[in-house]
Amino acid sequence: MTIQDEYRKKGWKDLPPGGIVDRPATARDYKTGTWRAFRPIRNKDKKICQNPEACLVCWILCPDAAIIRVEPNELEIDLDYCKGCGVCALECPLKAIEMEQE
Amino acid sequence: MAKAKVLGMMGDFAVAEAAKLCNPDVIAAYPITPQTIIVERLAEFVADGELDCDYICVESEHSAMSACFGASAAGARVYTATASQGLALMIEIVYITASARFPVVMTIANRALSGPINIHCDHSDAMLARDSGWIQLFAEDCQEAYDSTIQAFRIAEDKQVSLPVINCLDGFVLSHSIEPVEILEPTEEETLDGFLPIRDPLYKLDVDAPIAQGLLALPEFYMEIKRGQQEAHLRSLDVIKEVIQDFGDRWGRYWPVVEPYQMDDAEVAVVTIGSSTGTGRAAVDELRAEGKKVGLVKLRCFRPFPVKDIQAALKNAGAVGVCDRAVSFGSTGPAYADTAGAMVGRSGPLIKNFIIGLGGKDITIDTFRAMYDNLYADLAKGEVEEPVEWIGIRGE
Ligand code: SF4
Ligand code: SF4
Repeated sequence: MTIQDEYRKKGWKDLPPGGIVDRPATARDYKTGTWRAFRPIRNKDKKICQNPEACLVCWILCPDAAIIRVEPNELEIDLDYCKGCGVCALECPLKAIEMEQE
Repeated sequence: MAKAKVLGMMGDFAVAEAAKLCNPDVIAAYPITPQTIIVERLAEFVADGELDCDYICVESEHSAMSACFGASAAGARVYTATASQGLALMIEIVYITASARFPVVMTIANRALSGPINIHCDHSDAMLARDSGWIQLFAEDCQEAYDSTIQAFRIAEDKQVSLPVINCLDGFVLSHSIEPVEILEPTEEETLDGFLPIRDPLYKLDVDAPIAQGLLALPEFYMEIKRGQQEAHLRSLDVIKEVIQDFGDRWGRYWPVVEPYQMDDAEVAVVTIGSSTGTGRAAVDELRAEGKKVGLVKLRCFRPFPVKDIQAALKNAGAVGVCDRAVSFGSTGPAYADTAGAMVGRSGPLIKNFIIGLGGKDITIDTFRAMYDNLYADLAKGEVEEPVEWIGIRGE
């Protein structure tokens, strides 16, 4: 059960004071990918980024850390957390990422 | 039992002495008239090695309160002070600090808010923070400002409370006036002979046991969290009373949340906040000597508003005027609104509002005489004709 589910069951008297979350790393449970209206697609139309390790611009700039380095020399977009902002598509020097409406 | 000695000192000095005695871990403050002396004095204590504390010289009040927020989150004992525009600049974080339930003690040397620009006393600055969730105490004299500072740390850090506290002292009238102040000299300084234990926070930032504080809460949680905040704030009144009792038992000075003066048989009465209370007492004494049954109720604790204590203090009076040194434009003075609200639905006095002393306008015995005359006139008519009256201004 996520902390959200756990807190959702509690009335106001049982929630921790000040709206704190009393354990770390609970943001993982919060799938912000559901907010996305546009989905980034890599390598569309064969504009393939061959050597991500030499570039990593998208990986550095993604504000949600949703671009994951997968060995060897490959990237994946974690759609559980990608909010669809489009920064990666805009900044990719090869235009190898495109945004598509969900 | 702690011994005591009496020194002549300005209100700001007294507050600085009291804050030093409480040994804050962190002070983050920005100077502003008429609070300046407090933070300068504390800076001297730190520079002279008399106070071991992280004194953060910030570039604005917004940063001052932000630093206090962070330090309190980390479990520190935290102090700051401000006034008027300084409070206005920090207000965003003032609200957030209370909602996060972080104890901080802040002195406000009350000063009118601009504009027009004015450096003198009224309570418009404190009223700006009225709904922020901070506990608010107002001092009548320099001794009370000193004692309140010490009490405030204990109240704020009490685990049942865990809320920030604003201590108000009237700008210049108290901040810059020299009065005899009895200084505590505890034999055991670390906890003031057990009165003020080392802070034991509800939660704190800790790399070995991480938690998250100061979070986002959308509609499914926001209102529940605010309900909890309100409950903690309302319940703090009991702790405030306990602390007042314990302080009084130790050092002989009791500062009740609501203090009636000559109210047993009072036909008309005023409710006062802050330094004007002393002038009001003198006016009561004069009028009593002339055979007029007048009384006064001092409101020390403004937030939480002590509804039951106000009801008990006012219930037998014929007509009551609530004195506000602030006004909510388009409505009434804030203390009047709360007092009238507390008396709704009960048989009790006629209640009206006097707006007095804005921007340092003098409040004298004649000001009180005018208010008591005004109340007697309403009492004779049996009704309040003009619910809000501005006293002591030209052209009225
Ligand atoms: S669209 Fe935005 S959030 Fe999604 S992967 Fe690209 S940069 Fe990250
Ligand atoms: S920014 Fe474009 S080229 Fe650079 S690593 Fe990402 S997808 Fe490849």
